[in-house]
Amino acid sequence: MDECSNSIELRLPSRLGFEKVAMNTAASVARLMGFSDERVEDLKTAIAEACINAMEHGNKLDETLCVGVILSMGPDSLEVKVLDAGKGPQGRTAAPDIDRKMHEQEEARGMGIFLIESLVDEVEWVSSPPVGSYARLVIRLDPAKD
Amino acid sequence: MQEKVTRVKLEEVLCNSGALITVLRFAGDITSASKAAVLGTYEGIPGSTKRILLDFSGVDYLNSSGIALIIQMMIAASKSSQTIQTFGLKPHFQKVFTMVGITKYTTLHPDEESACAAFSA
Repeated sequence: MDECSNSIELRLPSRLGFEKVAMNTAASVARLMGFSDERVEDLKTAIAEACINAMEHGNKLDETLCVGVILSMGPDSLEVKVLDAGKGPQGRTAAPDIDRKMHEQEEARGMGIFLIESLVDEVEWVSSPPVGSYARLVIRLDPAKD
Repeated sequence: MQEKVTRVKLEEVLCNSGALITVLRFAGDITSASKAAVLGTYEGIPGSTKRILLDFSGVDYLNSSGIALIIQMMIAASKSSQTIQTFGLKPHFQKVFTMVGITKYTTLHPDEESACAAFSA
């Protein structure tokens, strides 16, 4: 019961569009915790992008594979783990370069990880083969504290 | 589950300056499923059109794949020497557009009037 008092778990099919279930659940939790509207919007985008990555790259859009989402409420932060069956991002992802994109030297896509890293306070990618990997996102009620 | 559909309305409006502007009014979600709605609608605009206004007032959800489609549209517009002005983005998406650098290629305006005025500036 202790586990249940501070955490919420979801299992989503690897089907684009279902990231909104995680996004809206996380937004509800964050609002209950007292996060500002601006921080809730940041979290919504970050968690949606993490779920899309998990569906597309981790689970290769195989609908028989689930994306797990675990929301853990702390006294002053919300931790989100997004789990998939893949290996996690390989190597460091460069920030998008809009000039290179506009000149078609870089794909127009590929901004998800950059957005996640820019919008939450802490991000890590944990690979645990052969089980899979997860993204761990932390958003703090008062980021100025750290 | 079906994703919320992207709705796009193509209009021509007469700005205060007297200039005729083509407006793409987006509503709903803009995601990877929006390619036909975004790029297909853009392709319906004649190449002779030089001023395009993007209205995001009705957009509820925009993810990185949707932003990539907007960038692809801007690349095509740039090749046709078309100018794009933007308005109606919710504050969070204004922040996201700024973060990824799109604001280097289109200005985000608070409303349609100021976006229209920017064409004649």
